[in-house]
This record gives sequence, C-alpha cells and structure tokens, in this order.
Amino acid sequence: MNAMATGPAPLLAVTDLRKYFPITGGVLQRRVATVQAVDDISFTVGRGETLGIVGESGCGKSTTARLLVQLLKPDSGSIVFDGMLVGENGDISTRDLRRNVQMVFQDSYSSLNPRLPIEDTIAFGPSVHGVPVAQAKQRARDILAKVGLDPNQFIRRYPHELSGGQRQRINIARALALEPRLVVLDEPVSALDKSVEAQVLNLLVDLKSDLDLTYVFISHDLNVVQYLSDRVLVMYLGKAVEIGPVEAIYGRPQHPYTRALLSAMPSMDPDRRLEQAPITGDPPNPINPPSGCRFRTRCPHAEDVCARIEPRLAGAPEDGAHRIACHMLIAGSGHSAAPAQGA
Amino acid sequence: MTTETAPHAATARATANEPLVRVEDLRVTFTSRDATVNAVNGVNFTLDQGEVLCILGESGSGKSVTLRALMRLLPPRRSRLGGKVMIGGRDVMAMNDDQLADLRGADVAMIFQEPMTAFDPVYTIGQQITETITRHDGVSQSAARARALELLELVQIPSPERRLKSYPHEMSGGMRQRAMIALALSCRPSLLLADEPTTALDATVQIQILLLLRKLRRELGMAVLFVTHDVGVAVEIADRIAVMYAGRFVETGPVATLIREPEHPYTRGLLSSTVHGAMRGRRLEAIGGSPPNLTALPPGCSFAPRCRYAEPACDAAVPAEVWINPQHMARCIRVAPGQAASGGFTLRKP
Repeated sequence: MNAMATGPAPLLAVTDLRKYFPITGGVLQRRVATVQAVDDISFTVGRGETLGIVGESGCGKSTTARLLVQLLKPDSGSIVFDGMLVGENGDISTRDLRRNVQMVFQDSYSSLNPRLPIEDTIAFGPSVHGVPVAQAKQRARDILAKVGLDPNQFIRRYPHELSGGQRQRINIARALALEPRLVVLDEPVSALDKSVEAQVLNLLVDLKSDLDLTYVFISHDLNVVQYLSDRVLVMYLGKAVEIGPVEAIYGRPQHPYTRALLSAMPSMDPDRRLEQAPITGDPPNPINPPSGCRFRTRCPHAEDVCARIEPRLAGAPEDGAHRIACHMLIAGSGHSAAPAQGA
Repeated sequence: MTTETAPHAATARATANEPLVRVEDLRVTFTSRDATVNAVNGVNFTLDQGEVLCILGESGSGKSVTLRALMRLLPPRRSRLGGKVMIGGRDVMAMNDDQLADLRGADVAMIFQEPMTAFDPVYTIGQQITETITRHDGVSQSAARARALELLELVQIPSPERRLKSYPHEMSGGMRQRAMIALALSCRPSLLLADEPTTALDATVQIQILLLLRKLRRELGMAVLFVTHDVGVAVEIADRIAVMYAGRFVETGPVATLIREPEHPYTRGLLSSTVHGAMRGRRLEAIGGSPPNLTALPPGCSFAPRCRYAEPACDAAVPAEVWINPQHMARCIRVAPGQAASGGFTLRKP
C-alpha cells in the first residue's frame, strides 16, 4: 500500500471502467432502459496488496469482479495488468490473463462441476494450459493439502459430498492451481457459517503470504473487509464514493455514505445498541440513478449542487491516498460545507 | 393499531405466572426412505409476554425447525414431533387443523427471511393484509382496509395508500420486509416468530428493520422469538439469547451475560470466530471441523468432537442442563450449578 504513489507500477490499474446493461422490452426487444452497473470506476491494486471492495447490493461490486477477469467485456475504460493492456486489442491474451488472474465465487456449489471429482476439477485448469495430465494431478494433490484438505480423502469425492466450507476450499484450490498472481474473491465467505468463515479467512491470510498473492476482496461484510484489506474501495450505485487505506476508511470516514455504512454495523455491545438508523430507505434502483451525486437522495447534507454536478474523487487534505467523491470536501464546489477556494 | 392493546384471546387465558410460551422436550425428526434426520433433540424454554428471545445458531442447528414446530408448520407426513408446546395456556400439539388455522396469524404470526416468497405474487399487498384481517376478526372489507392502511403507517412505509395497491415485486427488499411485518401484525398477535428477517437485507436497511421491530415490541407488547445466525443482530434485538447446536439449546442467558461471560465452549468459539473491529493482523480463533451429521448424532455431547476441552466423560451421555444461576443455563459437564466454570476450563486443560 505504501508502494502506491512512488514505488513500482501497480499490478493492476483500472481507469474509467464502465459497464451498462441494456434492459429490453416489448415485441421488438428494444432497449427500454439501462442499468448503469459500473460507471467510470478507477483504482489500482499494488503487488502483494489486498484491495477490499464494499457496498450494498446493486452497487456494482460483482460486475467489477467479472470485468477484471474478463467474464464481461467493459463498455469503455481500460484494465492494465502488470503493465499490459487487457482486452481485444490489448497486450495480453485472455488466455494468459486467466492464468494470472483467477476468481473465487460466492456460491461454492454452483461454481463447481457436479459431475467432476475434485481431482479433475482442480487439475482441469492446469491441463488446459498445457501442463501434462500426470503433473496436473500431482499439482491438484499438492494444492489440496495446502488448503487444508487431506488429498487421499478428498480427490475422489464429488462436490455434493462436501460441506460448504470444504467446497469453498476446493474453489480456492482450483483458483490457485494455475499459480495466479492476482485472485479476485467475490464474497467468498458470505455463504459460510461463522465458525467456518473464520477457518477460510485464516486460510486466505496464510495462502497470501505463502504464495505472494495479491487479492481483490469483495464483500458486503464490513468486518471481514476490515480484517483482510490493506486498502478499501466503497461503491454506491456503480460509483466509487471513497477509496483509501483501511485505517483511514474505518478511522476517518469522510463520505456521508461510508459513515452511514459504518454506523449501521451492529455494536456487539448490549449496552450500546443503535438508537437511530443512520440513513433511511433502500438504495435506489440502478436503472434510473439520481442525477449528480447518486447518494444525494439518502444524504442528510444534500444541497442543490449535489443534484446538478457529479462529484469527482478528490484527495483528502491531510492524506492524498484517501480520496472521496463529495461536494462537501471539494473547494469551491458550491456546497455550503465545502472549504473556500484556494484555502 | 397502537391504541388497541386489548389482551388477545390467547394471552387472556394465560394466568399471571404462566409464561406465554412453554416448550418442554421438543423433538423433531424428519424421516425419508434413506435416513432419519434428528433436527431438534430436546429443546426446553419459556418465553414471557413482551420478551424477545433470540435463537442463535449456524445452518443445520435446528433453529428454523424449532420455530416452525411451534406453529406446526412442518410437513406432517415427513416429520415427527414430540414433546410439549403450550402457547397462551393452550396445547399446540393437541390442536386439530381448524384450531391451528385459528392460532396461526391471529395469536402467533411469523415473518420470514425472503418476503418475496412469503407473499403471494398475484395479489396486492393490500388484498393480502385485508384477507387476513377479515378471516380472523370477521370485520367488514372497508374496516379491514382501513386497518391495513394503519398497519402500513405503523411499519413506516412511505405513501401507504399507494403501497396498498402495489404488488410484492414492485417493492424494494426493505419495503417488502416492512409489508410482511405489517401482515404479521394485522391481527395483533401475542407472539411473533421471526426467521432471519434481516439476513437478506443490506446493512443500512437491516438496522432500520431491527429498530422497527424493537419499537413495535415496545408499543404492542408482543413477545418475539427471533432466529438468527448473526451475533451482532442478536445483540441488537434480544433480551435473552439461546445458542443452538445440533438440535439442542447448549446455552441460554440474558444477552449481556451470554456475550460477556459465555460458559459453553461452543458459545465461546462462536464469539471468538466472529470477525469484528480491531482484529486485523490477528489470527482468528476458528472452531475446527464442522457440525455433526444429524442422521447419526454422537451418544454424548454433540459438540465434543470439535471441542478442545473434550474428555472421555463427554461421550458418555448428553450433558444435562446445568443452571449456573436462575437465568443462565449451559449444557456442559464442566459447568457446575451455582458456579461459573470460566477459570476451570483453563485450569483443567494443560
């Protein structure tokens, strides 16, 4: 995370990434509306770093994950992996990208082939990428041991014979079998029970240091993101509203949405229960997001300027690595709480 | 709605000392050709009027089955119920279908995790609430509609007149959950059963629903049995917490006691493996292994195979309920009546 500003180039650099989904209707299947799932998102991920992405449902975090591994093609914007442009006219083929960037999905069952034994599931990727079958199978056994499952006991089993925690370990093993450098984890522990979640989180921490991995970790669970991440990106309705080091986001949140999200977390203390909801209502529909700042409809500080102009991410005064998209922090924005221009 | 707090039939029959709900040795097994699943294996508890008891447990612990058994919502041909369930002084196990239909919705109501599947998609919210009111209270359509409107206001749904005419799919997740709470409250139940009602909601919406339930409980004085897997949610809403594991309550107590001085090794493990602030960089104390197979439960303590304090005596028989004090119970052989074992755990294990 310190390597960000001055050190070597980041492993992953995403600039103005955008993905809209058309909604078609009527007999002619014409486009009737557009879901602005990811709208001009930019961020970087340094080598060996964990970037956490948090947000509520519909904020575009899973779409971002799918764009990163090229399961979806972006409408515009660029993804640069290790200095190489990703995409059809890029410097790195999708095949080479997939060897370097792997993904773990939330639903551990639907992401495994029910007809393949565990050994074949894990060895499939390496053998597609040219590793001889015998060697790929040996790698499957090695990696199984690494994720804490006894190879002799598990290689012949099928996904339905495993518990949720075991299946998620298999998914992690499959992702790691290609020896990737970046792993995109999309809600990997959300479907697991708490006692099993802790096991998998410990495993992710161990694997990262053993194998020199870089993570993009996506979750709606703020506690888990805080536990694992070096830097955190907060998304709301397809937009990045705040990004920065984990200590800054959790210790000095600046955007009203980040503050609301953090203060909506249960207190874990029966004597300090929440007495008031930090914000009311549900997140709006991403089909017709509000103009200007997308959070303004739920924001207690919204003013005219928030409806007219979309705020850009700008560095916090005391910490340039901590960037916030809010008119209250942009000098001369026109918001009554904004600092004076030139101050 | 808020002004009409006349005691309902069920509560009226309950005597002053009798709790609203008394469950004794509740057992539920599911049978199929291949196996018998022991989902609930001897659950005892009482619930007073106006009290909130949270059943905290992981998937497969039997918490939802316990809830459904109280209303006898389980499929009769595939499930076998045992034990005693008394609600408002009436024996639920002895009721026939007509009596059950009167009980459900009127005295006992339930809200679910996914309101989209709990509502009928082809009727409006207003029609569904009105139907419930006319069925149980026998009032006219217009009176029922007026109360439906009042209910939507009570659960803080914006522009309630318009929302009465909405279909479930036209509402957001948080709004649907509010509408389901309105439906559940439509006949002023004395007991509300809540099955993970906030699990599918976003964090900022979840806290709104929890605050709403707390307010309604205060204003309407109903008892709530709330099932969740999330310790944080339980701490926000519960008066008492019951920790469930493999179909048994392994520990019950007031919320503060259970969070600060848990006695059962499973409760301790659950709390220490729950990630919360200021744990960064530290290794999580996970509970090893996974929950037992409910088709073949061990003869002794079902947590023993995962318990770091297990000893041979744990496998001999299911540990009895030990009351550390009149409010705090744990099913563990290391806990002695009248005294906490907190020191004992570390002393006896090298």
